[in-house]
Amino acid sequence: MSRDAVLSAVNLTRHYQIKGGPFSRPATVKALNEATFELYPGQTLAVVGESGCGKSTLARVLTMIEPPTSGKLTISGHEVSLKEGQRPPAALRREVQIIFQNPYGSLNPRKTVATMLEEPLKLNRKEMSAAARREAALEMIAKVGLRPEHADRYPHMFSGGQRQRIAIARALMLNPKILVLDEPVSALDLSIQAQVLNLLADLQEEFGLAYVFISHDLSVVRRIADDVIVMYFGQPVETGPAEEVFTTPRHPYTQALFSATPVADPNRRRERVHLKGEPPSPLAPPPGCPFAPRCHLATDACTQDDPPLERVDDRVEVACIHVDQAMARYARAG
Amino acid sequence: MALLDIEGLSVRFKTSSGLFAAVEGVDINVDRGEVWSIVGESGSGKSVSMLATMGLLPWTAQVTADKMAFDGQDLQQLSSRQRRRIVGGEMSMIFQEPMSSLNPCFTVGTQIDEMIKQHLGGSRKERHERALDLLAQVGIPDPARRIKAYPHQMSGGMSQRVMIAMAISCNPRLLIADEPTTALDVTIQAQILELLLRLQEDTGMALILITHDMGVVAETAKHVVVQYAGRQVEKQDVKSLFANPRHPYTEALLSALPERAGDQDRLPTIPGVVPGQHDRPSGCLFNPRCRYATEHCREVEPVPAPDDPARTLCHYPLEDGVSPSPAAAGVARDNPQSSPHREVRP
Ligand SMILES: Nc1ncnc2c1ncn2[C@@H]1O[C@H](COP(=O)(O)OP(=O)(O)OP(=O)(O)O)[C@@H](O)[C@H]1O
Ligand SMILES: Nc1ncnc2c1ncn2[C@@H]1O[C@H](COP(=O)(O)OP(=O)(O)O)[C@@H](O)[C@H]1O
Ligand code: SF4
Ligand code: SF4
Ligand SMILES: [Mg+2]
Ligand SMILES: [Mg+2]
Repeated sequence: MSRDAVLSAVNLTRHYQIKGGPFSRPATVKALNEATFELYPGQTLAVVGESGCGKSTLARVLTMIEPPTSGKLTISGHEVSLKEGQRPPAALRREVQIIFQNPYGSLNPRKTVATMLEEPLKLNRKEMSAAARREAALEMIAKVGLRPEHADRYPHMFSGGQRQRIAIARALMLNPKILVLDEPVSALDLSIQAQVLNLLADLQEEFGLAYVFISHDLSVVRRIADDVIVMYFGQPVETGPAEEVFTTPRHPYTQALFSATPVADPNRRRERVHLKGEPPSPLAPPPGCPFAPRCHLATDACTQDDPPLERVDDRVEVACIHVDQAMARYARAG
Repeated sequence: MALLDIEGLSVRFKTSSGLFAAVEGVDINVDRGEVWSIVGESGSGKSVSMLATMGLLPWTAQVTADKMAFDGQDLQQLSSRQRRRIVGGEMSMIFQEPMSSLNPCFTVGTQIDEMIKQHLGGSRKERHERALDLLAQVGIPDPARRIKAYPHQMSGGMSQRVMIAMAISCNPRLLIADEPTTALDVTIQAQILELLLRLQEDTGMALILITHDMGVVAETAKHVVVQYAGRQVEKQDVKSLFANPRHPYTEALLSALPERAGDQDRLPTIPGVVPGQHDRPSGCLFNPRCRYATEHCREVEPVPAPDDPARTLCHYPLEDGVSPSPAAAGVARDNPQSSPHREVRP
């Protein structure tokens, strides 16, 4: 782990054992396979991919809600070694907080905003007086762009964007170093989405927070990410600096994902790299490269082995044995 | 004569706290073979206005319109039997949640068959052939096997294809698709949008696509209606809408798009939130969030100028990106909100 990384993941993997039923055999679902990356203060790592590709699983492992089945997770220099059912030390848990997609489900309807914000302090900062807790809560309420009179209201009195602000405020109460944001703006209307993204940018600047930003919205990711991991079927298929990946997508799946994303410009109707079919079932993984059944470049060799991530550029890694062809073809398609 | 001709459509719901105007003053004229889009944030009345057109709203809804005609027939005067023949037949609709719009208890085949039986008739064998045809047409692999499948055995994308098959089973002349891809992943979304556009081209039906995604609008529609808080705020062809939005809300919405924000440090935002049932402001509904609002806007509700083809619901419609509002003078210089003409990053 390089000296200033706040989090490092090496071959982080999470598998689930599915019990067999009367009609099915027990099976292993490889929800997350060998993710390796580092996270730096003040930087945003985006994780993109379609539903079921393992984004939320990664979020749960990073926030220590679930242990990895293998691989190494290091947070603030401490290696997290956990067995199933074990709880990580409180000091470590404080470092990483999570924000979920659904600003409706993630807040307790029976607690006021101030109560929710003071709660983590009550549990973790026993030395703080009630008055000091209240003051800290009010300060945070202002920081996330809510008004003082909001402190004593209940979640149902707020709009989606305001609830997401409350969730962010609560996550920041214990000064974490890392925020894991699982689709934090996907449920919000466009005009509100921009407000929340700006708030996240302000807070990152002020507190030097590191973000893991999980999203399927590529135009949002392009705007805010420093680095990006593209996942397919539980595994990273392309990683690198966002600018690099967005200007020159190298993996056939990244290319297809980008070209499937509609662009808000009616003068740019273009021919797409069309992706046939749907992602495979996690209960019946295809042999070799998991993208092979949908890949227009797939050859017999692709169905032999699952290609590992390989460095193709200074800082870009791609898991594809025909990456040169993929790039040449993409360049031709314009 | 337009295929669908709607003027002054309003929908009010009876609620415990009185009447709530969910839709007010919507005009839409769709010609044969045209592709339209209705865009707006949640709660802007997109679904309600189209459900009203289809006659699919519950009894708590009061629907009024100056004009509401399909192919010259006054929809408000039809008997319920005549209406049933049109709705689901000549004019049909698909919904956002494909999973919950299919009946979980019946196979795909049974559900398509029911549809065909109602509107087209034919022998059992003919109907079966038609169903297989339709499934193939919407790109479902192995239709003979899939026709026996139950909805839960299919993915979201496959269910949406089945919904589309049902919607086009009776050769509609108008198809209304309500957020047909919102619940789907982008690669599947691309497949479904392409399918809808291909069917539209092949059959010459008109298509109204309801969406909140400006990217989807740009890539599919020819004409766009923008709605805000139940009102239609403007109506333009897609290229002029993106190049020269007439309503300040459209302008602000377009500049809040991450891909149009260019290199600015922060995204341009629209302050505040969409008003709800109980906090609708007086005057123009957009005035608390509008950077061009004047005293006049806060007091008087705007109406479209009679000579404005976009029917812009604003006292000061933008001309080539410039607002004639007296409040606009100070805005351009010190407001970070970007101009909508900014280049899109490729
Ligand atoms: N507790 C579990 N038991 C069994 N399988 C699981 C479990 N959690 C996740 N999975 C499976 O792991 C894969 C990845 O799931 P995950 O929830 O991380 O996807 P995702 O990318 O977040 O998708 P979405 O965007 O739809 O939430 C899926 O195939 C999922 O069904
Ligand atoms: N059955 C109903 N009773 C009362 N209000 C309703 C009903 N259906 C919709 N509304 C309200 O009408 C407004 C417009 O709804 P809708 O057209 O569904 O919005 P959208 O643009 O997201 O599709 C919303 O404020 C919604 O809450
Ligand atoms: S390894 Fe083969 S199948 Fe997999 S992405 Fe590359 S070309 Fe396609
Ligand atoms: S009428 Fe006034 S407040 Fe309303 S959109 Fe136009 S300029 Fe803005
Ligand atoms: Mg998820
Ligand atoms: Mg709707």
